[in-house]
Amino acid sequence: MVGWLAQLFNGISLGSILLMISLGLAFSFGLMKVINMAHGEFIMVGAYVTYVFQNTFADMLGGVDLGIWFILSLFAAFIITGILGVILEVGLIRFLYGRPLDTLLATFGVALVLQQAARSIFGAPNVQVVSPSWLSGGVNIGIMVLPYKRLFIIALVIVLVALIYVYLNRTAAGRRLRAVMQNREMAAALGVRSRQVDALTFGVGAGLAGVAGCVLTLIGPIGPTLGTNYIVDAFMVVVLGGTGSLLGTILAAMMIGIFSSVIEFSTTATIAKALVFVMIVAFLQWRPTGLVAQRAR
Amino acid sequence: MLQVNQLQTYYGDSLILHDVSLEVEEDEVVCLLGRNGVGKTTFMKSVMGVVKSRHGSVNLDGEELNQAATSQRARAGIGYVPQGRGIFPYLTVYENLLMGFEPAPGQKINSESIEAMYTLFPVLKQMRQRVAGTLSGGQQQQLAIARALVRRPKLLLLDEPTEGIQPSIMLEIAEVILKLQEEGQIAILVVEQFLDFALQIADYFYIMETGAIVKEGPIDEFNDDIAKTYLAV
Repeated sequence: MVGWLAQLFNGISLGSILLMISLGLAFSFGLMKVINMAHGEFIMVGAYVTYVFQNTFADMLGGVDLGIWFILSLFAAFIITGILGVILEVGLIRFLYGRPLDTLLATFGVALVLQQAARSIFGAPNVQVVSPSWLSGGVNIGIMVLPYKRLFIIALVIVLVALIYVYLNRTAAGRRLRAVMQNREMAAALGVRSRQVDALTFGVGAGLAGVAGCVLTLIGPIGPTLGTNYIVDAFMVVVLGGTGSLLGTILAAMMIGIFSSVIEFSTTATIAKALVFVMIVAFLQWRPTGLVAQRAR
Repeated sequence: MLQVNQLQTYYGDSLILHDVSLEVEEDEVVCLLGRNGVGKTTFMKSVMGVVKSRHGSVNLDGEELNQAATSQRARAGIGYVPQGRGIFPYLTVYENLLMGFEPAPGQKINSESIEAMYTLFPVLKQMRQRVAGTLSGGQQQQLAIARALVRRPKLLLLDEPTEGIQPSIMLEIAEVILKLQEEGQIAILVVEQFLDFALQIADYFYIMETGAIVKEGPIDEFNDDIAKTYLAV
């Protein structure tokens, strides 16, 4: 029983990390249908932003342990990768709309360039970001210890989802975004500058990847290929959830997280990964539009 | 209000509109008639800029728009109700109406003018929190018209407003158009297949055949001969 509860917590924790890395992709792939192979590299950039932030500002801001630098680096990672995303959209992806294969290849090229850039600047070996001291340790609930880092990630992803929900559903910019994605021609005919909306949407998606990168520094060391480890998982979550649906992305991330942990508990990590893949493929055969499909007349 | 001169539109290399000229005065309802596939919708799209025209001029209230982007034309004061209605299916009715305020940047959302739309189309008020994609065709048409009207455009383009719509709603839409004209300060251009509807609302007509205007005149000059020659199938 205790073991299963522990697995459930691990599953939610894994799900929250999956959701973290998928939220950005839910914008660029889910809403805009752009297959951005450089999404993982945005995550990597966010992680290195955190690394640079720690080395540059931690001493100024009360030391590594206090963690003010870490909170600020969340914002910095969002802004810097967001700007990078806007540059990529305006400079490259905009010219490839409606050409998914070309987009895939071009963004894959961008991914390689970013990886090599990271290697040139920071070196090939992994680097370590020291987490703030208040994130080490955990809360003991009797049967198990819940690590603060994991709880922090779960809390942060809840905050992000809430912010995204408000942005999409309660602001004029979010309404504009949804309108453009649903009927581009008509949105333009109502005066929306759809190109600006595209750039902004892609930028927000990239920025969210940056935040995910920042968070990943809590879990382990970071290196130039950090993103490639996560890109497949991220696509898997968004496809399983159903493109264009935030709720679907959340459900998919949690399902994959919990299933992986539970299966892993009774088998091994490798078999769990394979089984989860098989289950997703089977599910998509049955319902190709994913968990949450949107319908209209 | 709207002056279109010698407009030429191509799809690829084939010329669709041959030097189309047309004029809509303020407070006037002009109807563009013609058989299927003669280029009426292409003409509307060319005025809105959804399809780009290579030659000619589209002039709204003295402002030349033929080189302008679609969004800029909307901002200049054109309200567009496309064929097929073009509502945003996953936005609520209310959100669809709010999108109507986009052309006036900085202009606050004017709840009075939304209320005015609810008065014109009471069904929209009942449905305001519904997702627009679940509305019936007629309700979607009313929504599309209301969305184009919320910020009082100088020119309203209506592309086949009666297509696939039940007679009672058709009547309501005709009433709204006549009411708008009465209130004034708006020019209305309607593309219509349904002749009775067109004759009921229009002041002036143009007839298009294979991408060119072949006949025009005040609506009381329209007669059965014209209908037989240019519109009968």
